[in-house]
Amino acid sequence: MARNPVELAGATPEPSFEITMDGRVLPALPGQSIAAALWSAGILAWRTTRVNGRPRGAFCGIGSCFDCLATVNGAPNQRACLVPARPGDLVTTQEGHGRADLAV
Amino acid sequence: MPISPSEPPVPPEYDLAIVGAGPAGLSAAVAAADLGLSVVVLDAAAAPGGQYYRHPAPGLGAARPEALHHGWAAFAALVRRLGRHTGTGKVRHLTHHHVWTVERGSSTAWTVHAVTGPDGPEQGRAAVTSRALLLATGSYERQLPFPGWTLPGVVGAGGAQAMLKSGLVLPGRRIVVAGSGPLLLAVAGSLAAAGAKVPAVVEAAGYTAYAGSPRTLAANPGKLLEGAVHGAALLRHGLRPRTRSAVTEAHGTDRVEAVTVSRLDRDWRPVPGTGRRIACDALAVGHGLVPQLELATGLGCATHRTPDGTYALALDDSQRTSVPGVWAAGEAGGVGGAQLALAEGELAAFAIAAVSRSAVRPDARRAVALRRTRARLRAFAAVMAAAHRPGPGWPDWLSDDTDVCRCEEVSAGEVRAAVTDLGAHDARTVKLFTRAGMGWCQGRMCGPAVDCLARADSHADADADADADADADAGPDRRPLSCPVPLAALSRPAALSGPDGPPRS
Repeated sequence: MARNPVELAGATPEPSFEITMDGRVLPALPGQSIAAALWSAGILAWRTTRVNGRPRGAFCGIGSCFDCLATVNGAPNQRACLVPARPGDLVTTQEGHGRADLAV
Repeated sequence: MPISPSEPPVPPEYDLAIVGAGPAGLSAAVAAADLGLSVVVLDAAAAPGGQYYRHPAPGLGAARPEALHHGWAAFAALVRRLGRHTGTGKVRHLTHHHVWTVERGSSTAWTVHAVTGPDGPEQGRAAVTSRALLLATGSYERQLPFPGWTLPGVVGAGGAQAMLKSGLVLPGRRIVVAGSGPLLLAVAGSLAAAGAKVPAVVEAAGYTAYAGSPRTLAANPGKLLEGAVHGAALLRHGLRPRTRSAVTEAHGTDRVEAVTVSRLDRDWRPVPGTGRRIACDALAVGHGLVPQLELATGLGCATHRTPDGTYALALDDSQRTSVPGVWAAGEAGGVGGAQLALAEGELAAFAIAAVSRSAVRPDARRAVALRRTRARLRAFAAVMAAAHRPGPGWPDWLSDDTDVCRCEEVSAGEVRAAVTDLGAHDARTVKLFTRAGMGWCQGRMCGPAVDCLARADSHADADADADADADADAGPDRRPLSCPVPLAALSRPAALSGPDGPPRS
């Protein structure tokens, strides 16, 4: 019986690369979404809600629910479950709508 | 909603545009190309397969992607045929193309508008034109809220499956699987096979509901076998689904640490005193699937209510919608699984070829066999939908402070107040009072729940038949844009035909 998904799928991934989540350096595998790389590192939340500031992460996993919105390389509101991780990506927890810079 | 420049004066680029590259769309694409049509397939993902045949990207080097799938050989064969057709230019497969609307041009042409690329500053736009349109838009998961369902670690059952199939990752090590529908068995089996501990599989319905339709079951040995395979896989991992039970609360502060599983009565009301706490670090939950109909309803295609309470497209024997020139196949016509989608996609291609000038004649015997397969699987789907239709008592597991709308953080108490104090009798009015369903997901997550809460409270005195009549009036959710469209993308001109130009037959 497989011990993990990589073993189950008989996967021999290409070499991993690094992304950064709120300053913490994490490995990501080529072809993984940002959400998948975060789950691999045991991180389940990377957004706080607009009203109550509650933590959220991936929920529907297919781009329908928008709960996994993250700020990637400074651009907010990106669905982490759909956006492929790329070497050097800087992911930061998205607070609320992620547009505090536009506040008046 | 014509936003693009006026219709091009040139003839349509393609005989057929297909939205969606899942089982239905792929099956239709290769069959239509076999029959001589020029085809374009637009799909949001990077690779063909849709949600069902989601698989790891090449960089992950998966030697056994079939370990995560049922019926992988059929998909592999389709992809080989697709490859031959894209090689000769009969089919153009546009990946990373999320279709947001379809515009009717003259009576013989459609313009299909897409946002291109994953979320981010580089998103662009594209448009293609075609004589015929096939919607193979699939479905997404139905969610029913419960206290604690917004905690990190609570994920959709289909979501856990999708993340596993594409990214080879799990949300935790000890994952409870709960909700209703056959997908739960497949998800529990995959999670356990991938190394997760699954302390419980919790099904709200009773499987005995299937026994009421012995003839449909007997006609579907393949479906029974599929169920038996999932069942055997669960037994191998020491799992037996608890039926007539539900997760009625998830516990934790910043992530899920445990769930309460309660027995349900026949109406899905939790039986007091039956709650049992189960420790876990993730919960995969879902209550069946909802057909994705935005593009179809935007075009005015007629729908009908299915036995599980969702809306599906009304289709004729040739997979035609009520709008001339628009066909549909797969889950959009009612949730029925990949095998049904494959048959319907091929039948739709046959029908479209029959009315297209450039086509070869479809094989009549094959069409008869496909119709038989479709009838058999549709009958099974109806039994399945009826067996897993949410019972009217499920809202009893909501507390007033449970968020129903995840995006706008609207609680069950606020929704109930809108219904009882302000007189809202449908989801649309509840939305206007509370903002439930007005957020990023446009009600995809809370819609079914808000709909139930609005009707349950406003029809408390009516009998079941009257409720069914009320159901029929509501109609499916309408979303004029089927995905977010950045203004920056709109400001760029749409590429009407890509760098390679359209194929010509």
